[in-house]
Amino acid sequence: MKLKRALLLAIITIATVLTGCEPLTVLDPKGPQAAVQANDIKLSIGIMSFVVLVVFAMLAYMLIKFRASKQKEDYEPPHIEGNIWVEALCVGIPVLIVAFMSFVSVQSNYKVESTPPGYEDKEPLVVYASSSNWKWHFSYPEEDIETLNYLYIPTDRAIEFKLYSFGPITSFWVPQLGGQKYAMADMVTTLHLAADHPGDFMGRNANFSGEGFAENTFDVTAMTPVEFDEWVEEVHNTAKPITEEEFVGLLEPGHLGKMTFTGTHLDFMPAPEGEHAGHNHGSSDDEESNDDHEDHENHDEHSEHSGH
Amino acid sequence: MEFFERFAVPHPSPAIYASMVAIGLTVIAIFAGLTYFKKWGFLWREWLTTVDHKRIGIMYLISAILMLFRGGADAIMMRAQLAAPENKLLDAQHYNEIFSTHGVVMILFMAMPFIIGLMNFVIPLQIGARDVAFPRLNALSFWLFFAGAMLFNISFVVGGSPDAGWTSYFPLAGNDFSQSVGTNYYMIAIQIAGLGTLMTGINFLATILKMRAPGMTLMKMPMFTWSAFIANIIIVFAFPVLTVALAMGTLDRLFGANFFTSNNGGMDMLWANLFWVWGHPEVYILILPAFGIYSEVISTFARRNLYGYKSMVGSMVIISVLSFVVWVHHFFTMGQGAFVNSIFSITTMAIAVPTGVKIFNWLFTLHKGKIVITTPMLYSLLFIPLFTIGGVTGVMLGMSAADYQYHNTMFLVAHFHMVIIPGVVFAMLAGLTYYWPKMFGFMLNERIGKWSAWTIGISTLVAFMPMFFSGLDGQARRMYTYSEASGFAIWNMISFIGAAGLAVGFALIVYNIYYSFRYASRDIGSDPWDARTLEWSTHTPVPEYNFAKIPQIDSVEPFWDQKKHGKKLFEGELEKIHMPNNSGIPFIMGILFFLWGFSFIFAMWIPVIIFTLAIFGCMAYQSFEKDHGRYIPLEEVEETENKLGGNR
Repeated sequence: MKLKRALLLAIITIATVLTGCEPLTVLDPKGPQAAVQANDIKLSIGIMSFVVLVVFAMLAYMLIKFRASKQKEDYEPPHIEGNIWVEALCVGIPVLIVAFMSFVSVQSNYKVESTPPGYEDKEPLVVYASSSNWKWHFSYPEEDIETLNYLYIPTDRAIEFKLYSFGPITSFWVPQLGGQKYAMADMVTTLHLAADHPGDFMGRNANFSGEGFAENTFDVTAMTPVEFDEWVEEVHNTAKPITEEEFVGLLEPGHLGKMTFTGTHLDFMPAPEGEHAGHNHGSSDDEESNDDHEDHENHDEHSEHSGH
Repeated sequence: MEFFERFAVPHPSPAIYASMVAIGLTVIAIFAGLTYFKKWGFLWREWLTTVDHKRIGIMYLISAILMLFRGGADAIMMRAQLAAPENKLLDAQHYNEIFSTHGVVMILFMAMPFIIGLMNFVIPLQIGARDVAFPRLNALSFWLFFAGAMLFNISFVVGGSPDAGWTSYFPLAGNDFSQSVGTNYYMIAIQIAGLGTLMTGINFLATILKMRAPGMTLMKMPMFTWSAFIANIIIVFAFPVLTVALAMGTLDRLFGANFFTSNNGGMDMLWANLFWVWGHPEVYILILPAFGIYSEVISTFARRNLYGYKSMVGSMVIISVLSFVVWVHHFFTMGQGAFVNSIFSITTMAIAVPTGVKIFNWLFTLHKGKIVITTPMLYSLLFIPLFTIGGVTGVMLGMSAADYQYHNTMFLVAHFHMVIIPGVVFAMLAGLTYYWPKMFGFMLNERIGKWSAWTIGISTLVAFMPMFFSGLDGQARRMYTYSEASGFAIWNMISFIGAAGLAVGFALIVYNIYYSFRYASRDIGSDPWDARTLEWSTHTPVPEYNFAKIPQIDSVEPFWDQKKHGKKLFEGELEKIHMPNNSGIPFIMGILFFLWGFSFIFAMWIPVIIFTLAIFGCMAYQSFEKDHGRYIPLEEVEETENKLGGNR
């Protein structure tokens, strides 16, 4: 009985902690894709709780009713092979549940893999997000801007992230805007996100990538289109252009603060897509990194520069 | 000196130096003890050279329990590090090494040998055979597994542990990002152990197909044998994929190949695919025999035949097929698009159906039963609700769009622990407690046993339920630290308490073994649980030949029929019995493989060549050796039978 009481206590503690908390990040979506996912999650929690309750109830019933202590001394359990109808039911109901969930799942797949509804009227903003150990580089080809470890996005347009990596496989994840996707060295993957309202969000690499993985995070700020345009203008007025040597220096393993540049590294080091995809990419990096090391000393001035 | 530098640990810490000393002292103590008590001969004759499936099974179980504590120590260190934000107990590199070895040790060197150990001990007894089909191969399987396990376990004191996760994804595990020999250990140690497992698979398929007692048709096999049969089919199909993937990884790391690198035509995604083409079926290799154990235990202690035998078998066959067509769900986020994800989403969720059938069948087995709650039954009854929680969260993970949010988070970690611990670990503990009297001739204490079962059951909930929440709150897995502001602290603290509870539970099991060894009654007969299947019909302790007379089978529960309906199980006269001879070759090959692997890991090619030749030498010797086994004379059989309490 003591153990049962302890179990009860644990459940109560967990429940208390739960009610005292902010909503869980993933269940507190701030964009259409995250909303689709949060709805799927809540729906599946509902259905699955029902399944769990049915199993718990059946188990409790069997244990209460058929304990040896509840039965006559001479009771001999019968030999029962099975019953085709009972077993058909045990297959049929789960099949229906799984069919329904598959239906929802397939629909959601196509939703999260396309421009979110309500944002189709404007061209999505394309942002190249590339990871290097253990940083995130964001290139805005349209605005001709590059940032390090922070991301500014407007709320009126969908964002089409083009993801790739300068090292191990990483996973680009901004939980409140939508689920993650891998960034890999030999191809570009696409992730469609959008933010409904201005706000600050946590972003990180979710896929283990070595020693600096835990701190491989970035900040996301969603802002009104007017503010976004002001920011773009400010960057063009104040930030320095990114150069190839400088960018190669940034790729060195380590952690760096936030940085801002005009221009993008895509001009001199294109993403692994189209003709640059896959197998002819990568080896040229090494030669360039050995170039002139003196230039790298200038980095620090840029890192102090702020556009935020 | 330069030669020796490669063996140094790249990230030493006091704990590692302490472990080195402890390992050294333990080895010296074992050698000194064996010499002092003059047990070398005994050890060699009775254990190291044995081909007896029961002894090999017990050696597997002992190794598994040792590895359980190794992996458990890793787990406690991880949970302690994460118990508080910004904790400084471990640094990133140590944490990475620890979670990598925790995964490998628990899956490949704890769960696998535990399952294979139980299969070894139980299957020949359950089908009325005198040994497995290839006894010497069976010994070789064990020694290869053991060599692999030991090789993997010395990594943290010699040269450095693997640190790229148990999945060892390239290019992180490649030479560019993982320069220490750690991942070489991963590739070679798992390769050696994996070869052993593949041989086990072949061996048990042959055993189950060819060595059943007369009258035992496939549909009269006990459920554990069925589950092991299917698991071994999966082994034979899945393990070659691992062998090939590891060989390719080894070529990449040691010979400059580019299978998985991100330049020169390599494909890092190929490793992830190959790994999970093996890795997902591997999960079912573990869980199906566990389901078999539960079927035996629940039927025995509900005092009823298993409900829905045919649908149990059918569901396992369907699971085995589906297990090979779901691997992509381990990386829905790789960018293969909505169509591919939809297909694998549906196949993944479909597995819930046959698994659900099994859960309902166990529940219906309880129906109209006469339920006796013993320790093995308690584990089985705790398994049903806890595994259901783990299982339904698996269906949730199968919804691929939502998986973009679960992937790589603590939610996933919570899911697979809630599946594997109640599913596999509880089954192994149930199986160990259930078969303990058959193995050792005394029973484990029920009172301590139930205490440990409750402790482990509740602690599992406390340790892993919070991870569902911290995952949904955005905590990625494999993070060695997190900030105060993240809000993850409370969940991780609760998890740590649960992990500590699990440690207490396992310590109780060890205490139980000690306590029962000292105080338990040795007079328990050969059927202490009032069980139903053939393994309980022979003597305890089981004579080396298992059955003096081969039983005649005409139902799923022949022993129960004998007890209740007086059917004759053993008929005919005693005869001399043919048994295989012991052999030292498997043990020697295990040592050679260990040395070969060690040299390979450190790229010391001359010893590699020498040990390769020696291994082939052993194989040649084995091939040309004429050994027709031996006969146990009739008088000796009669004497043993009389001593063990009558002719069966």
